[in-house]
Amino acid sequence: MDTTLLFQLVLNGLIVGALYGVVAMSFVLIYKASQVVNFAQGEFLLVGAWVCWWMLTTWQLPFWAGFLVTLAFMTLFGILLQIIVLRPLIGEPVISVIMATVGLSIFFQALMKWMFGVFAQPFPPIFTAERMRVMGLEVQTVYIASLGVSVLIMLGFWWFFTYSKHGLAMRATAFDQQVAQSLGVSVPKVFAMSWAISAVVSTVAGVVVGVVNGVSSALSFYGIKVFPAVILGGLDSIVGAVLGGLIIGVLENLAQYVDAQWLNWGNMYQIAPFYALILILLIKPYGLFGTRNIERV
Amino acid sequence: MSAEAPILAADGVSLRFGGVRALTDVSFDVRPGEIFSIIGPNGAGKTSMVNCVSGRYRPTEGRILFAGQDITRTSTSRRAALGIGRTFQNLALFGHMTVLDNIMVGRHHLLRSGFVRGMTYWLGGAQREELAHRREVEEIIDFLEIQHVRKAVAGTLSYGLRKRVELARAVALKPKLILLDEPMAGMNLEEKEDMARFIVDLNEEWGMTVLMIEHDMGVVMDISHRVMVLDFGKRIAAGTPDEVLADEHVKRAYLGEADEVVHDDGEPAAA
Repeated sequence: MDTTLLFQLVLNGLIVGALYGVVAMSFVLIYKASQVVNFAQGEFLLVGAWVCWWMLTTWQLPFWAGFLVTLAFMTLFGILLQIIVLRPLIGEPVISVIMATVGLSIFFQALMKWMFGVFAQPFPPIFTAERMRVMGLEVQTVYIASLGVSVLIMLGFWWFFTYSKHGLAMRATAFDQQVAQSLGVSVPKVFAMSWAISAVVSTVAGVVVGVVNGVSSALSFYGIKVFPAVILGGLDSIVGAVLGGLIIGVLENLAQYVDAQWLNWGNMYQIAPFYALILILLIKPYGLFGTRNIERV
Repeated sequence: MSAEAPILAADGVSLRFGGVRALTDVSFDVRPGEIFSIIGPNGAGKTSMVNCVSGRYRPTEGRILFAGQDITRTSTSRRAALGIGRTFQNLALFGHMTVLDNIMVGRHHLLRSGFVRGMTYWLGGAQREELAHRREVEEIIDFLEIQHVRKAVAGTLSYGLRKRVELARAVALKPKLILLDEPMAGMNLEEKEDMARFIVDLNEEWGMTVLMIEHDMGVVMDISHRVMVLDFGKRIAAGTPDEVLADEHVKRAYLGEADEVVHDDGEPAAA
């Protein structure tokens, strides 16, 4: 057995898994706050990455400026999406809301292809050293940065929900909207805020992946990969989302290892998370940390 | 009675759900500084009335005025910010949060620090602000005698304690008017006495106007300044406890025979 390869894969798994965790967290955030299963989560990454790419190439902004502009844009994007598309659907059956998010997903994929073309576009290089060595392993600099960013975002989430006024209001709203309102929490604002935060956080992940692999519609696949992660962690648990993301990230890399060493089927990397998804639904449908009474659709 | 401007006025409020008339042309006003109770048999529309005041329901007809301002169309959260706090008939604590966090949600509209100032916690005065809030919250906690459970998860507490925490959360809002929907339901005698004392103190020492729904006639008649009686969504009487007790309509509709009524220790006849 090739242990170096194994370690390399586990490390890759943790790095990619942390990104899954970040996207999963933003997915769970929307679900918790507004009970919407967002099938357009992957498109947040896509739109965010394209906007950032556009800022850096067409407008020639330095990375930090382009990135900040992108985050500001995505904040607005999330808020407007909630106000224009999802707010009118409040009170409609869950399935209608889900179909609307599926529609959004298709719409934004097509829109991005129309605006930026169907080919993957590389980001201008951001780091001077492309690779660095960590404990004898070869890692792309951007991956290290991405791990750092992921951990920062997770800490940010933790701080936000534990100590900030709005985080507390969001937890209150998730628990009981009527009561939260009677305590002075504006529920429409909380909904809009949750979509904004979700869009911004996903965008960070989108830009990181874009820097590594180039920007293309493949980014929206992260929106699908998020499902095994959140189902594993529990649909309404932020901690579960992070853990689920990490586990799925490692799992797909290990699956690739097993595949390369023995099976030679050639596609385990993509498929393994979904085998896991089916297994979890069979064995532990509420996930590791999920609440039992959540609705399955 | 004084001619002081009412803090809350309901003006011809009707509420219909399809063909069901929950409230029909109910008018009343609550004066600043009083304890005003709404009583009536089950299904009389008491909670509907309170929900119209808190903003959960919009009256089909009529107006609600708070401190002279028409709030009929104002959102629930805005009303809370204006100074209307409430508790619920069925316990509505955030069960998985600590007692302290529950109460801090009640401070929501008073916490000025938004996202940005929160991020610069140690620079922007957010820390000082939080300290001031904590001091007030601690005062409320002391007052309601829940110091020993302040770090406990709300869902794990006993029923009577949870009722108190819910009251604390509503008080944390610093409301001018507090709506209490059956604050003593399901309590034993001792707990009821404690709760009655808290309500009177809130009213007398904290200067809050209280609008209360309660089934326990003994308590209602003891601590209320004025009482309104609803039956089938209509107001059938209002006045001081004595006036209401003497009212023929009330006796017939709600309290049963006169001699069953006035004992402090007994359960209400029709509750």
